[in-house]
Amino acid sequence: MPQWLQSVVDYVTKSNNTPGWYADPVASAIWALIYIILIFTGVSIAVIAMNWLERKILAHMQVRLGPMRVGPHGLLQPIADALKLLIKEDIMPDQADKVVFWLAPVTIVITAFTVYIVIPFGPTHAVTDMNIGLLFMLGVSSIGVLGIIMAGWASNSHYPLMGSLRSSAQMVSYEIAMGMAVVSAVLMTSFKGGGNFFRQIYGTGGASVGTLSMIGIVRAQEAQQTWFLFKFFPLGLIAFFIFAVAMVAETNRAPFDLPEAESELVAGFHTEYSGFRWSLFFLAEYAAMIAVSSIAVTLWLGGWMRPFASLHGPNVEIPNYWSGGAIDLAFALVPALTFFVLALFAFIGTVRMPKHRAFRVQTIGLAGFALALGFIGLVLLEPHVRDRVQDIFWFSLKVAVFMYMYIWYRGTFPRYRFDQLMHLGWKFMIPTGIAVLILTAALGLGS
Amino acid sequence: MSEILKSEQSASSVKHLELEATPSPAYLDSDELILNMGPQHPSTHGVLRVILKLDGEKVMGTECVIGYLHRGVEKIAEHRTYAMFNPYVDRMDYVAAVSNGLGYCEAVEKLLNIEAPPRAQHIRVILAELNRLASHMLWLGTHALDIGAITPLFYTFRDREEILKIFEKYCGARLTTHAFRIGGCLYETYEGFEDECRNFVKFVRPKIDEYETLLTTNRIWVERTKGVGYISGDDCKAMGVTGPVLRASGVKWDIRKAQPYSGYQNFDFDIPVGTNGDTYDRYLVRIAEMRQSLRIIEQAVEKLPEGPVMAKVPKVVKPAVGEVYHGIESPKGELGYFIVSDGSTQPYRIRVRPPSFVNLQALDMMVRGALVADVVAVIGTIDIVLGEVDR
Repeated sequence: MPQWLQSVVDYVTKSNNTPGWYADPVASAIWALIYIILIFTGVSIAVIAMNWLERKILAHMQVRLGPMRVGPHGLLQPIADALKLLIKEDIMPDQADKVVFWLAPVTIVITAFTVYIVIPFGPTHAVTDMNIGLLFMLGVSSIGVLGIIMAGWASNSHYPLMGSLRSSAQMVSYEIAMGMAVVSAVLMTSFKGGGNFFRQIYGTGGASVGTLSMIGIVRAQEAQQTWFLFKFFPLGLIAFFIFAVAMVAETNRAPFDLPEAESELVAGFHTEYSGFRWSLFFLAEYAAMIAVSSIAVTLWLGGWMRPFASLHGPNVEIPNYWSGGAIDLAFALVPALTFFVLALFAFIGTVRMPKHRAFRVQTIGLAGFALALGFIGLVLLEPHVRDRVQDIFWFSLKVAVFMYMYIWYRGTFPRYRFDQLMHLGWKFMIPTGIAVLILTAALGLGS
Repeated sequence: MSEILKSEQSASSVKHLELEATPSPAYLDSDELILNMGPQHPSTHGVLRVILKLDGEKVMGTECVIGYLHRGVEKIAEHRTYAMFNPYVDRMDYVAAVSNGLGYCEAVEKLLNIEAPPRAQHIRVILAELNRLASHMLWLGTHALDIGAITPLFYTFRDREEILKIFEKYCGARLTTHAFRIGGCLYETYEGFEDECRNFVKFVRPKIDEYETLLTTNRIWVERTKGVGYISGDDCKAMGVTGPVLRASGVKWDIRKAQPYSGYQNFDFDIPVGTNGDTYDRYLVRIAEMRQSLRIIEQAVEKLPEGPVMAKVPKVVKPAVGEVYHGIESPKGELGYFIVSDGSTQPYRIRVRPPSFVNLQALDMMVRGALVADVVAVIGTIDIVLGEVDR
């Protein structure tokens, strides 16, 4: 058996948490391919789910029901929307710059998905682990601005142009504040034994060298037994807060959705886009939202670590199933339980469906959905799957919290005005970011 | 179109902008961008077209182009009898149809020298104040939507629905009610009308607090509205601006108090007045007005007298030769009807003084030097209805 095959087999059969398979180039390439496919489908499904959830959650915040007609509780609405967009007429404005107009959505989508290369869904669940992972991620996501400017410029129309100019100004200014917050988190990776860990893994670096590797950043939080959110309280919290605000601005979401301010600029930079090209913008926007949330989770919320990761509890021994801490076991069962609860909700929905033959197909569909959820829950109870997948579960759960926040902001806040946005960015966020960075460095001197 | 703007943009109108240093056009192309906002635009509240002259995001001048919804209401009046024209006025300010009808009926009554019986007057006041609430709710929802808060819209529409239900029960229509007739009301109140009004007042009081929790102290809302679209009381008077816009600038002028009609002198209510004349004050004034309207409704329901709802009006309304002007306080400001009678069954001429049209004239003054986002906020805060602007 060739060595690369051996390492693949090892990875599947043994549930160890060492990133050993990076060592073999062929195995790495194969895993990278598999993960690329998984992530592409996963993110697309997440975007579809997010579309439905946003409509439903926003609707319930606004005393209405949201989509109810296409599928049970509108579950198929995103698919219907996607179909509609695909079969729409492809309109290219007569005066538009054809090549750039075509290139802009493609650029945005490519950048939005390229970012996922370095996102660690678990210690071994990543396409690749770059030593400059974070830098790569910020760099690539900044290219997204270029796509927006291209879209606004190529449309050759006033509203898109203004939208894209707003967008570029906004993203450039908020990237600085974002950078300050990120650097303070990176600085934290070098403290309290973090450096030793990297020397062990990568063979380089002194006792106080931090890392930009996304996996390394979570490892550092593991080693220091804290999320960076709570590190040097309240410094980590402030840095996180700055990032959390900057990332909303970075993704052009409410209350910073000036580039696509409906009530002012009609639809901002994508006013002239329709059909499939528009859907690419939509896809990219949501993919970018998930991506920046993933950065926040990785940097401050301990990435794939479960809550209270340093507590293990008394040892328990269940033959063929579990040996280890009781608290570990309890948390290991959470993913399966979550899916059981979701299945329960779906079952309640099925029972409450109107008893009428017009709803028969929908009822059967919802019951099937509930069964599928329950089945996933059962699969998650299996020890191999359980141990392999719980990292991904915790990571996704944390990202989901951010997604909910995005929707919540949208339901609550009015929109900032352009100059107020700049004031907030330059006069509040950036100085605070610099102060946090300096204080973090000062506090870190001792450790 | 740009020529119109340039000729209008003479030195006098952009005084405060000249103080700022602008780069010389010799090495920088400083042509302003002419941006066409409307007539199809999400936040021009209908088919208003505003031509904006922009320097970057800064508004150097505006020009309103109106008339896209012109239906010739005033001309139609010359070919209709007085009673036949009554439904047409509902179509002017269609979110405050009751006020329109009230103004018209009272103007004709003034011309005929008759007065509606007390019960009819009370019913008119109740419905007009309910309509003021409905209009302000619609304004609040759309105004907040323009500024980016999407949720208040659904809250206000939910509560406005209760008002429309009362209208529907009373006269069968929700929007263009045609609730009043010359000489009083056609319909007696339905069974349980008083209770429904009382319940509505009880229901909607906490709801107004709910809108306020979402907006009044919201940092972004305050930043977006404080100091935006400033207009002084004197400027308001000079331009004929009335209604909440005038009161927010510190002028205590409300026709319900100043020239009471339909028995408003019998009710105890305050006139909310602002101090700063900005968008935030106009918001506060309208919110306070909603509460005052509730007070009036409460009192009117309690005092609702017995008696007929229709005065003795001749079968054929044929006023003597003469003319009359009657103004009422509609939710948007002073709504006036000037009617000239030539002694026939049809008015010789009806001229409507629409508050939206007059208030819209202040738009340019309010947004010069502001940003594009402020234009949207100011259009919202003036509270225009294009059906009334264009007629």
